[in-house]
Amino acid sequence: MRKETWKELTIGTINLDAGNSVKNLTGTWRSGKKPQFIEEHCIQCFFCWLYCPHFAILVEDGEVKGINYDYCTGCGMCSVECPTKEKAIVMVEEEAELAEGSGK
Amino acid sequence: MAKLKDLASMEDRLVPGHGMCLGCGIPLIFKIILRATEDPIIIANATGCLEVCTTIFPRTSWNMTWMHSAFENAASTIAGVEAMYKALKMKGRIPQDKKIKFLGVGGDGATYDIGLQALSGTVERGHDIVYICYDNNAYANTGGQRSSATPLGASASTSPAGTQSPGKLQRRKDLTKILVAHNIPYVAQASPGRWKDLYNKAKKAFEIEGPAFLNVLCVCPTEWKYDESQGVRLLQTALDTCVWPLYEVENGKYKINYKPKEKKPVLEWLKPQGRFRHLFKEENTWVLEKFQKQVDEDWEELNKLALY
Repeated sequence: MRKETWKELTIGTINLDAGNSVKNLTGTWRSGKKPQFIEEHCIQCFFCWLYCPHFAILVEDGEVKGINYDYCTGCGMCSVECPTKEKAIVMVEEEAELAEGSGK
Repeated sequence: MAKLKDLASMEDRLVPGHGMCLGCGIPLIFKIILRATEDPIIIANATGCLEVCTTIFPRTSWNMTWMHSAFENAASTIAGVEAMYKALKMKGRIPQDKKIKFLGVGGDGATYDIGLQALSGTVERGHDIVYICYDNNAYANTGGQRSSATPLGASASTSPAGTQSPGKLQRRKDLTKILVAHNIPYVAQASPGRWKDLYNKAKKAFEIEGPAFLNVLCVCPTEWKYDESQGVRLLQTALDTCVWPLYEVENGKYKINYKPKEKKPVLEWLKPQGRFRHLFKEENTWVLEKFQKQVDEDWEELNKLALY
């Protein structure tokens, strides 16, 4: 990323581009394990959404649809808190890939 | 009563891409709190994990008005903003029916220690603000130094456990009671593990006129050294062992929001956490006993206070 010079920055370095951290894909931190969503077991309790620190649960039209691997860091809280007998989110092995870097 | 499904479909005021640790408890707290009101919110955020991780320049995870404050003055900053809002309303530059909520946020370092004076002044002056302290028991952002919220016996980088010391020798400060002593309209202690309770408390805090204070327990896998997937379980253990009782004080009247059916020994709370590992050595059993005794006494005292 090109760094702005002091002449280009807003006064007081006020950030007018609210919520632009979505470009920062925290999913690149994941190492070794990732959650897998099994739709048949899901009872739509939204606990995974509630307890995901990186807001990586995909919710569309009021239903949990899966996991956004762009942001999921693989902490595993969603899987632990999933209340169904046969868990709708299980942690699976993931081959670690080298992160590509955040941009050019 | 709010349902999680409805909350999930609300707009995110804190968006993904923030740099908080795996299994961090802070986003769980603010996910709920920022949804507890529909009005616009202005935040003044003291230095700490939340501030540093959400605003790594040139990025911000805040989809709303957010202000950085130094460690010591988040409460003063938000008090100033609130005073400005009142003044502009009087001058007619802000419409009379425009409602804005003012939120001061700090970690336990910024609230228990460094910003206590500013917070005390702000609530004493009666500004219509809400102050949230997310208490993760240490200065987690700078490498886990002890704060006055660090519990007895915890090993922190400035109170390390070793052959000569069993970790921190002092007990933690009871900030919630200090705020109760200010006789403000609303003070509460909450935990993100009980989301309905946290939601209701945040809603009440926003609606009440005058200062309100919430002290929220926040799990920290980095400094507490536990398996990060067990965060919410640990929060529940804190409630069941009465280490972190849930209660609220509305206009001086105490109410306990969660009473465990069976009070568990504090060992269950201490065991999973690496920062207490040394307490299970033979020479440190006295710390365990002292810890249990303090928790018992505090719980008993709280129950007495709730009788009135």
